[in-house]
Amino acid sequence: MTSFWSIWVIVLTLACLALIFGLLLWNLKNYVGVKEGESCGHEFDGIEEINNPLPKWWTYMFFATFVWAVYYLAAYPGLGNWQGLAKWTSSNQGVTSLAESKKATEEALAAGEKVQLDQEIIAAEERFGPIFEAFAKQDIETLAKDEKALEIGQRLFSQNCAQCHGSDARGGTGFPNLTDKDWLYGGTPDKIKETLLHGRIAAMPPWKAALGEQGVKEMTAFVLSLSGRKVNQKDADAGKAKFAMCAACHGMDGKGSVAHNLPFGAPNLTDNIWLYGGSQRAVEETLNNGRAGVMPAWKDILGEDKVHLLTAYVYSLSQDK
Amino acid sequence: MSNNNSANNKHEIVEKNVGLMAILTVFAISFGALVEITPLMFQKDTTVPVDGLRPLTALEMEGRDIFVREGCYNCHSQMIRPFRDEVERYGHYSVAGESVWDHPFQWGSKRTGPDLARVGQRYSDDWHYAHLMDPRSVVPESNMPAYPWLDENVLDGKLTAKKLEVFKGFGVPYTEQDIQGAEAAVKGKTEMQALIAYLQQLGTHLK
Repeated sequence: MTSFWSIWVIVLTLACLALIFGLLLWNLKNYVGVKEGESCGHEFDGIEEINNPLPKWWTYMFFATFVWAVYYLAAYPGLGNWQGLAKWTSSNQGVTSLAESKKATEEALAAGEKVQLDQEIIAAEERFGPIFEAFAKQDIETLAKDEKALEIGQRLFSQNCAQCHGSDARGGTGFPNLTDKDWLYGGTPDKIKETLLHGRIAAMPPWKAALGEQGVKEMTAFVLSLSGRKVNQKDADAGKAKFAMCAACHGMDGKGSVAHNLPFGAPNLTDNIWLYGGSQRAVEETLNNGRAGVMPAWKDILGEDKVHLLTAYVYSLSQDK
Repeated sequence: MSNNNSANNKHEIVEKNVGLMAILTVFAISFGALVEITPLMFQKDTTVPVDGLRPLTALEMEGRDIFVREGCYNCHSQMIRPFRDEVERYGHYSVAGESVWDHPFQWGSKRTGPDLARVGQRYSDDWHYAHLMDPRSVVPESNMPAYPWLDENVLDGKLTAKKLEVFKGFGVPYTEQDIQGAEAAVKGKTEMQALIAYLQQLGTHLK
């Protein structure tokens, strides 16, 4: 705050307090010319005005608020740039980047200022940090059998993952089921953690332009035949002839990118698990318009230690118990 | 009042003169505004954008208008308060420099649904689509209404350039290019696409 605005705030705040104080004192005196407790000499609808003073309890409370105001304005940042004797503030103000915010936190801490939010975070970190740290030191396979770890992991999952994958982790249309052994990016602890930390962006391109309507129909027939569905054999054969364009991601055998150790997240087309539905219509739509599934990155939001626990929980879901 | 009042009873003047009373009331309550609001209009903290801020694109601007039209602010705030529980759930508390180009800002105060100040990139576009079409399809316990018409309404973009121009007047640094390309940028897009584009950038500028 520039000193002009600081002075502006200080002068107006104190003037306002002074005016209110004056008003209170002024109203404590009897100017009416009628003794206290006696009638003012008029009545309306049978109600007579008596010249009563301000109630004592109310007046004393009013004075008490001034005592409070003096204490408050001395201790807390209320008067312009006056920081307050308590050196308290709710949070670091005026930061314009995360780096600045971090710097402000460190500086306030070094200067012994009480930034309420920072202190609460530090207190929570002291209490919960060691718990997560201890878990983070164990490997995921071990944690996946640790009841306590899974309990915490389950809560983290409910708060952050259930919105897409469902509270039972069975997913939905467009959101993978995490309880089966079918993985788009790999189901090893390392791969799951990688997915959680950095997110995933899938890109199935639209093939409408390249294949045409008939081509999409034929490719759909072939794709469905891969998982043993009954299809028009002639269409399927025609689709198979063009499958090379799909093979770059799904593999020539259609078993998906995980089976071929590729990082594309292309689903296995030979099983009966369908991310976007396995009806002829759904597959046609996928082929026509493409799909772009996105898993957000959680590293910055949750931090590595929590992601580690969450990985163990997700990993445990598909393990035989 | 009675005749035996003393001439010193100045309070009676205020009591019997409603116009004067109104003026004095305004005088009394203006202190709050002068102290708490006026200085904010001239503070660096509240008028300088955060480092990563960029103006909304034409499509996001249309999405913002849909956000306002559908009354999303009636249940969703866009203001993460500096409390540990909120910071842990949503991310860094909102700072004023993030909404200096938001006119009017969408902070809100009714928190029936989750705060949206940093919802950008939290969920995928597909999720937002599924959720806006039918919230229960992804969050079974949700009581949010569905907004399926957003997927049917197509933008014509006739007013988009005008909107950008108005915001330029508010001091948002749109270029001539932005304004000229505004109509083409949104024409044919659905309201759903616009709203999702708007949601996906929320809170992503504080870097």
